[in-house]
Amino acid sequence: MAKSKRFFMYLFLSIAAIVSIFPFLWMVVSSTNKSVDVTRGRLLPGTHLLENLRKLLDTTDLQLSLMNSAKISITTTLLALLIASLAGYGFEVFRSRSKDIVFNILLLSMMIPFAALMIPLYRMFGQISNVFPWMGIDTMTSVILPTVTTAFLIFFFRQSTKMFPKELLEAGRMDGLSELGIFLRIYLPTMKTTYAAGAIITFMSSWNNYLWPLIVLQTPQTKTMPLLISTLGSGYAPDYGMIMIAIVIGTIPTALVFFVMQKQFVAGMIGSVK
Amino acid sequence: MHQTNSKLRFRTKSVLTGWSFVLLAVILIFVFYFYPMLQALILSFQTGTGSNLTFTGFDNYSRLLSDKTFIVSVKNTFIYLLVQVPLMIILALFISVLLNDSKLRFKGFFRTAIFLPCVTSLVAYSVVFKYLFSGNGLVNTMLLKLHLVSAPIEWITDPFWAKITIIIAITWRWTGYNMIFYLSALQNIDHSIYEAARIDGASASRQFFGITVPLLKPIILFTSITSTIGTLQLFDEVMNITKGGPGNATQTISQYIYNLSFKYAADFGYAATVSYSIVIMIALLSFIQFKVAGDKNG
Repeated sequence: MAKSKRFFMYLFLSIAAIVSIFPFLWMVVSSTNKSVDVTRGRLLPGTHLLENLRKLLDTTDLQLSLMNSAKISITTTLLALLIASLAGYGFEVFRSRSKDIVFNILLLSMMIPFAALMIPLYRMFGQISNVFPWMGIDTMTSVILPTVTTAFLIFFFRQSTKMFPKELLEAGRMDGLSELGIFLRIYLPTMKTTYAAGAIITFMSSWNNYLWPLIVLQTPQTKTMPLLISTLGSGYAPDYGMIMIAIVIGTIPTALVFFVMQKQFVAGMIGSVK
Repeated sequence: MHQTNSKLRFRTKSVLTGWSFVLLAVILIFVFYFYPMLQALILSFQTGTGSNLTFTGFDNYSRLLSDKTFIVSVKNTFIYLLVQVPLMIILALFISVLLNDSKLRFKGFFRTAIFLPCVTSLVAYSVVFKYLFSGNGLVNTMLLKLHLVSAPIEWITDPFWAKITIIIAITWRWTGYNMIFYLSALQNIDHSIYEAARIDGASASRQFFGITVPLLKPIILFTSITSTIGTLQLFDEVMNITKGGPGNATQTISQYIYNLSFKYAADFGYAATVSYSIVIMIALLSFIQFKVAGDKNG
């Protein structure tokens, strides 16, 4: 009885693991095959990887999209970490009743669906375009600004600040450091893992963001990777091998971040609900 | 007197410093969440194309009730919600309980493998799924070879199967994500509780429903609320797998809002009204979920 139970346990988990991994394998294998072979369901690696890549480079502006995505994601991540960690620290260390109320109001923003925000935001940036074209529609700034501050990340930093030893804070004050100095020179280096986890979460969601960039980025020069992949996939006579290599390239940054910092990522996700 | 004065000054200073730490975040959230939210509410009472808008009271709201496309979109969204969210939560719970077994080998491999889909962008995996499930795609080829079906299934072009495809896709992407939350919560449960239950002769299923589920209730509530909010806003997958078709068979509310604003003649007012329907649904469903979970917690 116990043995057959073990067997089904492993069987079930193996099926779940195969189902989870299979689309990845297929996408990688397909990126090395000719379009016809992909449709024929060939599951063995082919020799067309470089040819597919060449076609992708010739028909799209891949480097530009990669650069756009990288610029937006890195800027968003750095700004988001700074803003959210300052706020999370501020709410926890300088705790007061009125701040708690404001904090709870901020948390409500997590319930607001983006669908309700996109039209007003689009109009807001349309109006900004008339005054400051450099931060209006079709600019990096317009993608970054609405997504850079999330109540989730502030909440995440506040929760972690609870674990920050208060003696360090007192020691810093005794040494005559300013409050900002304590934050920058004591808090920031001590909370490295929290920053790492926050960085992964923010980078991933920024790199993968689709709907808002789809609305606000309108010229080919500002296209990001998800937008490029989406337009490749919507053609009538798609070149499957070429599309697959585009998807593989678009997935590498987040997959890399995930594998290098897996521990922090899982810790970050878990820390967020404790 | 002098002392209280300087104490007061110190306190005011510390209050000001505290506020200066949180100020930027507070401003940004008000400008990019709460202000647009208010704007959307005002817009929802206006009609017109582009920026030529006039107030028309509740016209948009009464239009909602007779708008067939809207009703179909709501229906589709709720089908996804009612089928996919429970399916995913049960699957994630089941997997995490298996992975929590202390004698299980290759734990790290299974966990990483099942969590892997979370690294893909919604657009990238949607495009992959579109091809996997196309008429002559790999899924049909395999089903035919294994003689599980006699004719290829019209995954993308049949209204019923297209919905199933979307549900399979979202489940693939998000089960591992939810599993991580349960796994961490399970690790916090004291093993002695299970041992005591085992000594009392409780079966595995009794232990699951008697200990695991009640202790995990707060996390289950959290994941069901976030999944509900996510499903009500479903956009990327449907846009990239089926484009909402065939007909409007897979169209979601978010996609309808997008179409109203950026595809058809831009009717921002009515689109805002439709978007407020999601706000109301999220508020209602979260309230219900809190109530249901809260009552039993006592």
